[in-house]
This record gives sequence, C-alpha cells and structure tokens, in this order.
Amino acid sequence: MQNIALVGNPNSGKTTLFNVLTGSNQHVGNWPGVTVEKKEGSFKHKGALYNVVDLPGTYSLGAYSEDELVARDFIVKGNPDVVINVVDATNLERNLYLTTQLLEMGANVVVALNMMDEAESKQIMISTKDLSEALGVPVISTVAAKKKGIQELIDGTLKAMNQEPRKIVFTYGKEIDEEISKIRDLLKDESLPYPDDWTALKLLEGDQEMLSIVEKMDQVKTHLKSLQADNVDYELDIVDKRYAYVNGITKKCVVKPAEEIVTATDKIDRILTSRLFGLPIFGLIMYLVFQLTFVVGSDILGGYVETAIEIFGEFVEGWLVSVGSPDWLVSFVIEGFVGGVGAVLVFVPLIMVLYFFLAILEDTGYMSRAAYIMDGIMRAVGLHGKTFISMIVGFGCNVPGIMATRTLENKKDRMIAILINPFMSCGARLPIYLVFIAAFFPNNGGLVLFIIYALGIGMALLMGKLFSKTLFKGESSHFIMELPPYRLPSPTSVLRDMWEKVWDFVKRAGTVIFAVVALLWVMSVLPMGVEPYSQESILGRVGQFIAPLFAPAGFGTWQASVSLFAGIAAKEAVVAVLGMVYAGVSEGSELVNAIRDSFTTLSAVSFLVMTLLYTPCAAVIATVKKETNSYKWAAFMAIYPFVLAWSLAVLVYQIGSLMGF
Amino acid sequence: MVLSGVKKNDKCRIKQVMGGGYARKRLYELGLNSGAELKMVKNDFGPIIVSMSGSKLAIGRGLASHIVVEKE
Repeated sequence: MQNIALVGNPNSGKTTLFNVLTGSNQHVGNWPGVTVEKKEGSFKHKGALYNVVDLPGTYSLGAYSEDELVARDFIVKGNPDVVINVVDATNLERNLYLTTQLLEMGANVVVALNMMDEAESKQIMISTKDLSEALGVPVISTVAAKKKGIQELIDGTLKAMNQEPRKIVFTYGKEIDEEISKIRDLLKDESLPYPDDWTALKLLEGDQEMLSIVEKMDQVKTHLKSLQADNVDYELDIVDKRYAYVNGITKKCVVKPAEEIVTATDKIDRILTSRLFGLPIFGLIMYLVFQLTFVVGSDILGGYVETAIEIFGEFVEGWLVSVGSPDWLVSFVIEGFVGGVGAVLVFVPLIMVLYFFLAILEDTGYMSRAAYIMDGIMRAVGLHGKTFISMIVGFGCNVPGIMATRTLENKKDRMIAILINPFMSCGARLPIYLVFIAAFFPNNGGLVLFIIYALGIGMALLMGKLFSKTLFKGESSHFIMELPPYRLPSPTSVLRDMWEKVWDFVKRAGTVIFAVVALLWVMSVLPMGVEPYSQESILGRVGQFIAPLFAPAGFGTWQASVSLFAGIAAKEAVVAVLGMVYAGVSEGSELVNAIRDSFTTLSAVSFLVMTLLYTPCAAVIATVKKETNSYKWAAFMAIYPFVLAWSLAVLVYQIGSLMGF
Repeated sequence: MVLSGVKKNDKCRIKQVMGGGYARKRLYELGLNSGAELKMVKNDFGPIIVSMSGSKLAIGRGLASHIVVEKE
C-alpha cells in the first residue's frame, strides 16, 4: 500500500482535507515514544487502497517541538510516496516557507492550494500554473471545506506517485553554500539517519537533534566549534534566504489588492478582543456553555438515557430471574454492571454537549482569542497566555489537556501548565457534581456548576503563581500566536470531534470503568456471607480504614471514603461506587435521595471541593510521567493536589460549621 | 522606534529583531524578519496584534519592544 503524508501550517485546513479524503476510514493513535497524536486513514481509488497520515500542523521543520520532530522524521524516515503540502492561499508567504523546507528535504511534494475561496474574497489572485512552475511541483487549488478540487488533488497525487521528484537546487548565497558543502564532505563517510546535505544545512541552523547526532563525529564537531569561535552564525540568514526565495516566487504568481480588505474577522475582533468587552464576553461565553451543557445535556437528554438504562436493567433482571440464574449473578449484572456502568453512561449526553461546544469554540477560531484575552491575567500570575488553551482542553479531559502544553516552548512554562492542569475539572468529574447538585441545589444547577469550575480555575492560577515564585523561577517565554480568521464551524468536523471524545468516554465506561466496578463489586460481596455493600464487606472495611482521615472534612463515612479511593483509578468510578454502596442499584433518583440523607449541605460542599481538587486519575498521573519523563513529578502530581484538596475541604467544613451551616 | 510604540492602523517595516534565542528564530520563521511589512491592528493592553500579508499575529508586549521598525 502506498503512503501519503499531509503536512501544513496550523489552521491551513489540513485536518479538514484529511477528513474529506479518508471519510470515516480513520483511526487515531500515538506516534511511538511520544504523546503526539497520530491520525491515519485510507481511501480507495480505482480498486487500490492508499494510506494517508495526517502529520501535526507546524510552521517549520526544526527541532523545537515534538510536533516538528514527528513531522520531519516521518517525511525522511517514513518514506511517504507523496507529501501533500496543504497551503493556505490567503497567506501564501508564510505557508510556502514550510514548502521550501519540504523541498530542501527532497520530498515528493504536491501542493494543495487550499482556501482558494477565501483568497478570492480577499481579492488575492494566484496563478497556480506559475506557482507550479516556480516551485517545480504540482499545485492544485482546493477548497477542502466545500470538497472542491478533491478529485483533481487525488489525480495529481497519484500521478506524482509514479514520478521522481524534480530535484530543486537551492542556493543560500555563496558563503553558506560553500559551508554546506564543506560540512557535507566531512559527513560523507558517516552513517546518518538523514541525507548528508540536509544534515549539513540543519547543523548550520543550530538544529539540536542534528548536533546530538554528530556528537561523536570529531571532525564535524571541531569544524562547528571553529565556526562558533569565529562568531559565524547562519541560523537567521538561512531563514532569510528561504523567505527571499519565497518572496521571489510570490512576486511572480500573486496579485494582491493595494489596500488590505477589512474582513468580517477584523470587525468581530474589534469587539471580541477589545479591552472593555473581551473578558466579560469570554466569561459570558463560558457561562453559557456550562448552562447549555447542563440544561440540554443533563435535564433534557440525560433523562432519556436514565429511563432507558432503568428499563434495560429491569428487563435484564426479569430475564435473569426467569431463567433461574443464581442470586449472585443477578446481583453482579444488575448492581455491578447495569448499576455501576449505567451510572456512568447516564452522563454521555452531557459529555456530548460539552464537547460539542468546545469543538465549536475551537473550530471557529475563538480559542486563540481566549488565549489572547487571558494572557494579561495569566502573565500577572506568572504564566504564559497559551497555558489557558491547555486549561480549556482540560475541561474535557486532563490527559489531552496536559498534552496540549506541548505548544509551550519554555520548559518552565510547560511544567507549571502540566502541574495545574488537573484543577481544570474534567468531564469525568462532572457526574459527581450533577448527583450532588440534584440532591442539594436542584434549582441553581448551572450556577453551582459554574462556581465549581471557576474554583478550579482559581486554584490553578493560584498554584501557578506559587510555582512560578518557588519551584520554577525565571521569566515566562514570549507570547507569539497566530489569530486565525473566524470561520463558520463545519458541522462534520464538530460532530466528528465530539463523537471521537464521546466514543472514548463510552469505551472507558465499557472497559476501565467496568473493570473497576467489577473489582469493587467483588470487594463488596466478600468475604462470603456478608451483607453485600455493607460495612463488613472488604469494600466497607477499606472505606472504614480511610474514613477517619476525612472526618474533619465532614464526610468521614466509609461510603464516601471508598468512592474517593476508587476515583483515583478513574473519576467516573466515584459516582459508580456511590451508586453501589448507597442505592444498591444506582437508578438516578434513588441515588440522589440516598445522598441527600447521608450528607448535609455543608458536607456536600466540602465533598465537592475534595472531588474537584484531589489526586487526578491514574491516566493523568501516567501522562505526567510520560510528558515530564520523571517519576518524581508524577508522584508530586499525585500527592500535592490531595493535600491541597483535603486542607481546603476541612477548611470549608470547619468554618462552615462555626458559622452554623 | 520599536514595534510596541507603533499606533493602531499605522504601517511599518521591520528593521531588526533584537535579542536572540528561540523567540527571534520563531519570529523569523513566521515571516517577521527584516523587511517585513506590518500593520498595527491593536495596541492597547496585553499582547499587540499585527496584520502581516493577511494573517494576524499576537505578539507579547515585551517581545514587541525588541523589534525595531521604521514607519512607512
């Protein structure tokens, strides 16, 4: 099977094109050894199957971020037959900068000149024929979002597949060219993972990966040292030369209006990023997202799912009893499986709605404005504005939230962003709040939810400030970010995004959560002969053992304790366990009633504070280990939120008690 | 003058990016190298926003004060 790689700048429409090309034949995984998401898919053409790999969006192919390394490694070592370079036609210069780097690497490039419709509306005229001649590679104009030019792109790609790429000879000026050939000669007899001349070029650019590759090659090292001693630094000159090359090309092929046209984006930005309205609007948008999530996801849709699960449970129970199943089996299926997993599945609609809105915010281009608006506040607490994007992603799940910190180039910024991310309340914690809200604050659900999330953000900022003053001192790195034009979100991409996340959640409910629930069920019926889910069961004893720890916080019951314990495996398990131990079966309203009986309003509040802030789930701790490559930080991630959460919960309960709540 | 001192809607051309390290290279790679023409879109609080050949970039105030420009 032949391989096609998709490369392009962020916001160039690369992922949209990938979706159009591969339809539903795609799967998401990870690149080996790193946490960068790998999207792969395939399409059929005239009976042959083609594999498409969506490389991470990058502006350059240096060695500054994992994204860039992954992209260039695949182009050089993954041997794609064709590299489709998705180019944003409205911003040709910057996009072609990446193209020149692909050509330097000798890749077999086909350019998809995307968003041609937007370019036209900005009165930017591009001659694809001239551009193709100047670059020496096929150029095909497309509008991926409207599925235009796709057939032509496929035809062009397949045609290029059977041709040798035209070798482009670049010149970086006499001085640099000579230096490249000098280094290339020194590299001649070495075995390198990359082409000689490209390695030489990258060495002159001060590429960290290349420098580590030649670490043991004395001749090259001596030469590079001598350059350094003479104060010769071509790093920026090389970038300049590439841009000079690009400008030479665009002069020939592009006609632009003399005065830039004021776009709708400009008008919208005047309001959304304004000093006066930017922050309040952002707050309002987030508030509305949570209100809608609550109303649509829980009040409207959640009820249907709950009823469906109840009916399903009764049906299965009836059937099991009618075929004469033993009591323990009925108990396991109904209480363990339908009860435990069902308690989690009830929240699928809610997760769905939340992700739906987050996907829309991302797709419209608003997310980068949020980072811009928040930069001031973030900087005041010693954080980088981009940290806020990883925090918003954390609302969905902290695992991708922590991965999203990869866009922070400075190690200090990144470590802080990782350590505070779990305070962003993830989707799995939502069910806990909802059960307690239903029990104690049924009329102010949206507001309470908003306060919980705000407390999480506040705590993240506070700890961020603390870390930047203590563990990670030093300047935060500079803020540079593209603000892409606003676009109407594409329904397919929003739904696909949402579906991927929801399916993940459902899969977790069916696997991890099921395993946890099954284990807990076993613990709850052993030793033989005890009353299931009672204090005498193993589960009850574990809970009793931990319970005194939580007494000062007002929820020192074995039931609450054991649910928190299970929550470290997966946060969804908190509600699943509460369902098992309180209601026997966790049909929504029964659980809510049981909780109302076992907690006071005050202890419910302190329990919510605890669940919001305490130790993140095992998956998050594992991700921290992977991302920081350190067991120390993973352990720190497990311990400090617990201490913090416990202290705050105790504080809330004790002060509340004194005040007579 | 420096980029952070350019007024809204004014156009300028980059003469030099001072300082070094990663941020400078990143600016260069995004096309903010010497000779690049910019238009100031927003310069009141927080990062400035400039428009460059149709795309908008937000640049931290500190960094923008290291970019030497000349007015057009």
